[in-house]
Amino acid sequence: MSSKALEDLGQAILDRSGGRAQRFDVACEELTVHTTVEHVVELLRLLRDDATFRFNQLTDLCGVDYPERPLRFDVVYQLISYARNVRLRVKLQTDEDTPVPSVTPVHPCADWFERETFDMYGVFFSGHPDLRRILTDYGFHGHPLRKDFPMTGYVEVRWDDELKRVVYEPVKLVQEYRAFDFLSPWEGAQYVLPGDEKAGG
Amino acid sequence: MASDTPAVADPAVGNVISADGEETRLRKFNINFGPQHPAAHGVLRLVLELDGEVVERVDPHIGLLHRGTEKLMEARTYLQNTPYFDRLDYVAPMNQEHAFVLAIEKLAGIEVPYRGQVIRVLFDEIGRIQSHLLNVTTQAMDVGALTPPLWGFEEREKLCIFYERASGARFHANYYRPGGVHQDLPPDLIVDIRRWCAEFPRLLDDIDNLITPNRIFKQRNVDIGVVTKEEAYAWGFTGVMLRGSGIAWDLRKAQPYEIYADLDFDIPLGKNGDCYDRYLVRMEEMRQSVKIMNQCLDLLDKHKGPVLLENSKYTPPRRGEMKRSMEALIHHFKLYTEGFHVPAGEVYTAVEAPKGEFGVYLVGDGTNKPYRCKIRAPGYSHLQALDWMARGHMLADVSAVLGSLDIVFGEVDR
Repeated sequence: MSSKALEDLGQAILDRSGGRAQRFDVACEELTVHTTVEHVVELLRLLRDDATFRFNQLTDLCGVDYPERPLRFDVVYQLISYARNVRLRVKLQTDEDTPVPSVTPVHPCADWFERETFDMYGVFFSGHPDLRRILTDYGFHGHPLRKDFPMTGYVEVRWDDELKRVVYEPVKLVQEYRAFDFLSPWEGAQYVLPGDEKAGG
Repeated sequence: MASDTPAVADPAVGNVISADGEETRLRKFNINFGPQHPAAHGVLRLVLELDGEVVERVDPHIGLLHRGTEKLMEARTYLQNTPYFDRLDYVAPMNQEHAFVLAIEKLAGIEVPYRGQVIRVLFDEIGRIQSHLLNVTTQAMDVGALTPPLWGFEEREKLCIFYERASGARFHANYYRPGGVHQDLPPDLIVDIRRWCAEFPRLLDDIDNLITPNRIFKQRNVDIGVVTKEEAYAWGFTGVMLRGSGIAWDLRKAQPYEIYADLDFDIPLGKNGDCYDRYLVRMEEMRQSVKIMNQCLDLLDKHKGPVLLENSKYTPPRRGEMKRSMEALIHHFKLYTEGFHVPAGEVYTAVEAPKGEFGVYLVGDGTNKPYRCKIRAPGYSHLQALDWMARGHMLADVSAVLGSLDIVFGEVDR
């Protein structure tokens, strides 16, 4: 679909939604509609049932973490309309405490996607039938895809031959986790280069 | 909460008195299916609640193969990330890479040279045959037949060798790159693939004759795990799961990428949406894939030229150039250490992987690493439907339904 057609579609969604969709943007020939925690279920129901849209399948649902924002999480819904052959992205923002209403009544396949988002980011989904962790270990603590969760995690497991079972221990790194800085100093490094601090003095 | 020990009886739920006055105690069972069960296709743990032999509830416990791919990707450059995609659906590795490089290309606005596109489509279809061969034959094994997997794996081995001759690796190819594919195919490989395409349909007919009319296979699969059109939409089904229910949808036709729009092939559809129809769709898709491969091989003969974008920030300079040009040497060094920068923005791209729609939601922040990369694996939404698909079926049908879902745990757990 061309960008013009997508903009028309975005405008139509804005008009029909009765304030449930706040704004839309089109980039890379993809349409994104922004909504809020209160309106998302009704918006997705409208998009599914309205004869002009017919976004009848939820392709994907995921979170994105922006720790510097007050509402740090994006929850992103990818929809597809098989009748119109067009994709749509619906986004909303939330934080650690504000629950997002579950969209399982509208799209039952959101069940596991919401469980995964809860598992990975700690976003709560109110009204979800069974909000358990799904991908991480039994008894796991923390939400690994948050930007402030360390890459190496907090615990590691090994087989203890005396206890005859697997034991959990704090991570011991033989070598510090190395994050190399490859950014060109003339193309994007945001810090003072070593030695440059003397230039002013 | 389900019990951890296998075959633990719940308290008796009621007794039945038969005609001759015998009292029979009815017990409900919770049993563990997997994670070491051969029909669990890897590391799936199912907690089944049974009433006699009838399944009342299925609770899949997944994540035993969770490797944190999405977290790891956020700390690595784009080029370092393509190998992770081989390790998702390790049955058809290159199809996964395809979705990721398409996402980068869309965000960065890269055009792939024509020959590169043809090679990509060729190996997409090789991957599709690899995946379907594994699935239909192990589905037969799940319901009791041992010969089909032995026949199927022999052909898969030949396809693995094609992978190796193109990329150097039998499985974890890392062959697709942003801007094309890593290297051109050796000419004798094209000849050998063409010969294989001529021989393979005969083997496929053999497997077809062995399984399709088989009475036991039909008894175990016909009318098992029926999915209606509405259910297929609601539960996020894609690929064969959708087409098996009679929905004419294939991303290669509906939203064509690369050269699929110019190729001549058909999309087989099922009628009843049961396990048997999904099997039939997969068999026919393999024949269509051979047809596509033959067209690609003809195009490869006709169109010579680059397979990877030339003179670009996103692709390495040619080796000969590096011997003479200092700039090329610097570019090569920076590309493989710092990597290229992808513009800020977000895209969702999807390919028709053998198992369904494999999508990548990529959020770039303008640096050399992805800010967020969500992998949308088709098996994930198919597996969550197992609960309602298996309800009311017998215990033995669970493995038949599971087989027809085509689950690979690399992509479900990520």
